[in-house]
Amino acid sequence: MIESFLNVGIMVQAWPIILAGLGNTILLSLMVVPLGLGGGIMLALLSTVKHPWVRYPLMAWVDFFRAFPPLVLLIFLYAGLPFAGLELGGFACVGIAFFLNTGSYYGEVLRAGIDSVPAGQIEAARSTGLSRLQALVWVVLPQAVRNVLPDLLSNTLEVIKLTSLASVVALPELLFQARQAQSLTYNPTPIVAAAVVYFLLLWPLVRLLSTLENRAMASR
Amino acid sequence: MSNWDRFVETFFNARVMARYWPDIVEGLWLTIGLAALIVVTGLIAGLVLALVRALGVRVLNWAIIFVVDVFRALPPLVIIVLIYFGLPSIDIAPSGFVSTWISLGLVLMAFSEEIFWAGITAVPRGQWEAARSTGLGFGETLAYVVLPQALRITIPPLTNRTIAITKGTALGSVVAVTEILGQASSAVSNSYNPSPLTLGAAAYLLLFLPVVVFGRWVESKFAWRR
Amino acid sequence: MIEPRPIVEARGIHKHFAALHVLKGVDLLVAERELVFVIGPSGSGKSTLLRCLNRLEEPSSGSVVVDGIDLLDRRTDLNHARQRIGMVFQSFNLYPHMTALGNVTLALRKVAGKSRAEADEIGHAALARVGLADRADHRPGQLSGGQQQRVAIARSIALEPRVMLFDEPTSALDPELVGSVLGVMRSLRESGMTMVVVSHEMGFARAAADRVVFMDHGLIVEQGAPAEIFESPAHERTRAFIGQIQRH
Ligand SMILES: Nc1ncnc2c1ncn2[C@@H]1O[C@H](COP(=O)(O)OP(=O)(O)OP(=O)(O)O)[C@@H](O)[C@H]1O
Ligand SMILES: [Mg+2]
Repeated sequence: MIESFLNVGIMVQAWPIILAGLGNTILLSLMVVPLGLGGGIMLALLSTVKHPWVRYPLMAWVDFFRAFPPLVLLIFLYAGLPFAGLELGGFACVGIAFFLNTGSYYGEVLRAGIDSVPAGQIEAARSTGLSRLQALVWVVLPQAVRNVLPDLLSNTLEVIKLTSLASVVALPELLFQARQAQSLTYNPTPIVAAAVVYFLLLWPLVRLLSTLENRAMASR
Repeated sequence: MSNWDRFVETFFNARVMARYWPDIVEGLWLTIGLAALIVVTGLIAGLVLALVRALGVRVLNWAIIFVVDVFRALPPLVIIVLIYFGLPSIDIAPSGFVSTWISLGLVLMAFSEEIFWAGITAVPRGQWEAARSTGLGFGETLAYVVLPQALRITIPPLTNRTIAITKGTALGSVVAVTEILGQASSAVSNSYNPSPLTLGAAAYLLLFLPVVVFGRWVESKFAWRR
Repeated sequence: MIEPRPIVEARGIHKHFAALHVLKGVDLLVAERELVFVIGPSGSGKSTLLRCLNRLEEPSSGSVVVDGIDLLDRRTDLNHARQRIGMVFQSFNLYPHMTALGNVTLALRKVAGKSRAEADEIGHAALARVGLADRADHRPGQLSGGQQQRVAIARSIALEPRVMLFDEPTSALDPELVGSVLGVMRSLRESGMTMVVVSHEMGFARAAADRVVFMDHGLIVEQGAPAEIFESPAHERTRAFIGQIQRH
């Protein structure tokens, strides 16, 4: 069993490949997290417009992209669009899919945060002459973010984990690299190694979250 | 042929759709079955772990916390790949279906254990003490006093998390599960037309849009922020 | 004698909330340097009227002109106009994530376009005027209610408003903290600030108000000098309300 799962020889052989994958996973995360957050902030700001012509299309947008499994979205962009002559490449597809999918999730989290800020805050800001957008950006959003910080972090954890989907469209991130190494060596050790790397990378965040969540639930 | 016609011809090709419609429906049923298995086993396992944790045996709790952390930290796709490609080398060869079921079940177990546990600890100490002072045992207190209160506050986060993990069934396509996405993908390569993907996307919407809307409703109904 | 043009000129204000008719044609004119006190039972529309004066609430009909600016004109730069109309809220509404100084300087920097250094200087001066020079770096959570309300006043006066609106500025405060806020309001009054105050602090009204306005059911029932309204109100409803207030 040790032979097959934790084969030291293979580990040594696969290590550089895995390491390159880790680097790409981190880079990919650094790209898609801000992308999703940006989309989420846009959606959350839009959600403060209560006009029915904004409200319902926005709700439909968010629910639509939350209903789609992200992998389906990704495959549609990657394998479907080329038939329409639109060959975007794996990297762009991942970017767009994450913007649409995780943006909607971040948007929902931030919307709840904005809702949790008392209306008096906007009124006070407006009474001193700040515009709607200024009041939202400088007064409401910072408080909103603080109020939903555990949810934001939890979503971010999910987004980072989700970057593993990029392996399906052949981006050389951690999982993809591990599978390459596996098929080269005919041994699952590289995948085990990748799992361990993922765990070590994300465990601190999981611990932090678990603490924050317990605290939040206890204070209810 | 106008651009619009070409677009329709490509993504909404009636002939191709009619041809692969039964495959997609088959995939839909498989997805539903897989999702149901994941939800039932994952939630039960999570609840059991949370209850064991309530016993307060230290070593056991550490083990539970570690297992939960592992399955919260690992991407589901990594777990699926690990089980599907890894286990055969020790002569256990689960099918793609079973691999996906086990993987997502474990993930749901981990998340739901956290949520159940947080719910249990959110019930004030006084509730335990009051119940025990009236002579109720540990199990009775848990069953009649603590759990009903805990479950109520756990429902919204649990609903959202369950929906998110259930959507992961699409990952099964990576290990040859013939669920919706798997069916659609092979239909696309057989027909050289993306219409089956459109059909598959529609099937997912059909399945999950009501669920997402339901989750939204649950959240407002229980009016509590996660 | 030619009357000077009033600095606040609200005429024929109506306000509906769906089916609820909250203001039923209110006229309120306030002269420069005047302190007008607005009293009336709960739900009579005092807050709504005040909030119409800086268009936090949209009047259903009527006109509001402040310092010569027509607030209901679509061409008016509302955000600019609002800088001239300070507002102090019952619940302070300080920004909890910013220091006292941050609260005071936000609009100076973002709307008035001042540099951070300029804004800080003005902000420190405003905090000094409310007696909180040494609290500039405190967060609202580290301040008492009375101090928080004084920071809120500083937030308004830093913008050098032409008029200040107060909506029950002391009713969320413990009794022993009320005095410090009224003290600041009195010094503002002495410096010539035009003020419209909704409050039940009758002692302050007697001492400082030029005019008391009594509202009920969305209308101004009567108005006059404090002594007049408090000692010999013309209307039965005013008498009943004042009797009720003074009993406790
Ligand atoms: N945003 C709103 N939507 C619906 N109704 C409102 C709204 N704001 C105020 N009202 C209603 O308008 C009426 C007048 O409210 P207002 O706050 O102006 O009264 P008030 O005189 O300030 O009372 P209080 O002394 O209690 O502060 C009340 O019946 C109130 O319920
Ligand atoms: Mg009021």
